[in-house]
Amino acid sequence: MTRASVLAGPCVVIVATALLGSVVSSATGVYFITALVSVSIVVALYVFIGNSGVVSFGHISFVALGVWTAGVLTVPRSEKAAIMPGLAGFLQRTTVGNVPSLFLAALVGGIAAVVVGLPLMRLSGLAAGIATFAVLEITNNLLRYYDKIGPGLNNFSSVPETTGIWQAGVGALAAIVAAYLYARSRFGRLLRATREDPASAAAAGVSMYRQRLVAFGLSGAIAGFAGGLYVHLLPLNSEDVFLDLTFITLAMLVIGGTTSLWGAVVGALAVSALDSFLAEAENGIKILGGTIDLPSGTRVIAEGALMALVLIFRPGGLTNGREFVLRWRRK
Amino acid sequence: MIAFFLTVDWQTLADALALGGIYALMAIGIGLVFGVLRLVNFAYGQLVMAGAFALALGSQWNWPTWLSIVLCFAVVLALSFLLDRFVFRPLRTQSPAVMLVATFAVAFLLQNIAQVWFGSLGKIATSLAPLNQPWAIFGVDIRKISIVAIAVTIVCLALLQLLLTRTSVGLHMRAASQDFETARLLGVKANRVIAFAVLISGALAAVVAVMLTTQNPLVTPDFALQDTIVVLAGVVLGGLNRPIPATLGGFSIGFAIGLLGGALPTNQSQYLPSFIFAAVILVLLVRPDGLFVRRSAAARL
Repeated sequence: MTRASVLAGPCVVIVATALLGSVVSSATGVYFITALVSVSIVVALYVFIGNSGVVSFGHISFVALGVWTAGVLTVPRSEKAAIMPGLAGFLQRTTVGNVPSLFLAALVGGIAAVVVGLPLMRLSGLAAGIATFAVLEITNNLLRYYDKIGPGLNNFSSVPETTGIWQAGVGALAAIVAAYLYARSRFGRLLRATREDPASAAAAGVSMYRQRLVAFGLSGAIAGFAGGLYVHLLPLNSEDVFLDLTFITLAMLVIGGTTSLWGAVVGALAVSALDSFLAEAENGIKILGGTIDLPSGTRVIAEGALMALVLIFRPGGLTNGREFVLRWRRK
Repeated sequence: MIAFFLTVDWQTLADALALGGIYALMAIGIGLVFGVLRLVNFAYGQLVMAGAFALALGSQWNWPTWLSIVLCFAVVLALSFLLDRFVFRPLRTQSPAVMLVATFAVAFLLQNIAQVWFGSLGKIATSLAPLNQPWAIFGVDIRKISIVAIAVTIVCLALLQLLLTRTSVGLHMRAASQDFETARLLGVKANRVIAFAVLISGALAAVVAVMLTTQNPLVTPDFALQDTIVVLAGVVLGGLNRPIPATLGGFSIGFAIGLLGGALPTNQSQYLPSFIFAAVILVLLVRPDGLFVRRSAAARL
């Protein structure tokens, strides 16, 4: 029962969020959809960072590749020349539907993560942080200027906006189930062993490198998939999948609690809720008779401060890194 | 290859040297704090940005230039002190990666405070603009700021060398970056030596703010953000733990960017960041235990 709740808890919360999002007005509904897409991205981060204990600043690269894959392949052929004049011939001619584009985005994200991970997974700690950051910079630099594979500096306009509340919810559930199955599998357990005690794990014959590579590949695939969801939500450009998104998604994971799936989901939803509230407040809202009108930019200040405070006072995050369990088992 | 060097004129060369010098100072600022704290201060660029906004405000209020510079130093040093007291000190016992994430958060926090305060269009700092005029040396026009930047870099490096080798607090700092625990056992006061390193690093950030603002008077909230990222890369290339390699790393990456960025046509120089960061990854891989990890710590496992 308690084990099942580790998966059921996050899923129930996602379904509830999706149901709530489908009954509110469409303007408010966008906040719910964005929150659910954030859940997918943060779950991707959790699969690697949570299980391995290695910080990666590079995962938004794989989100960006997912955005590019799904975006380029679903822009209607008649519009391609207008927004992507430099596009290579076969991409010019190929157009796929919504669902295949999401799978291809996951595939590209996963392959890219394995290719990047092959050399990079030897690194730990600070070196891994800097190297993955370098990956983010390279990806952004290439996507921004190499217009044979995408719109370069342009927006991904006229991508079909298929990510409604339904697609976002199912996508988040898929990401959560994949992360849960991985964490329960032999691979997930071995990777967490290397996180807890590298020396003992190595003595027991566990290859930290191989286990990290598996997690990196899987989380890259989930990140690519989330990127596909994201580009079907709104017209993105290369700046939208760069430093700011890296910051906000890492903040979500840290605030929720890095080492648990529950933490990833709670962090993503809690920060999204705060973000949506503050975004409304920046436009001015009426609450309890008074009007709140915050200057724009307040929300990132609030999130940055929250992230710093959580790191200083509660390093385990809101969930203290624990999974969702119904019964109190220990102590 | 020869054709490439023919396209490099003296101004480009002087600019590249100046950029290298500025990046070298930033590299030392980051390296000093890393030495005593094992902390990569991602928010270093935002210290520079705060100093630059101080200069911009000074020129908006028509303050004399020296007073603006004093304000710049005061703001950056105060911010450094607050960072040390309220962020670095509580986080000191956490792992380096957690501290990196924390300074990442602080960086975004400061950047967005600047955005709310000053707007994303930024402000213009004009008081130092005369330094941007060219100087004719041996019939070659070179901007004054390039010369000033090179000179200031050399003076700062010399002062720092004196500080680190001839004063007791410098000795403490070097001892702490070698082995913090043993240094503490021998009577080095941890809080004092860390605060001192953070403040020196802040003073360097203020110097960098003055010079970058002169070169580029438009101060925006993301001022010096890309510079910091590039300097971090350079510091990794050089070796973060040792002051001289870190400085050289910062200098060479600035020099390379200045030279290549000035000489290459745009359709090639736009991919420069990719090559630089690929080089960073390569260096990290060739030295797998990292230029970051203390050898003693790596050997223990």
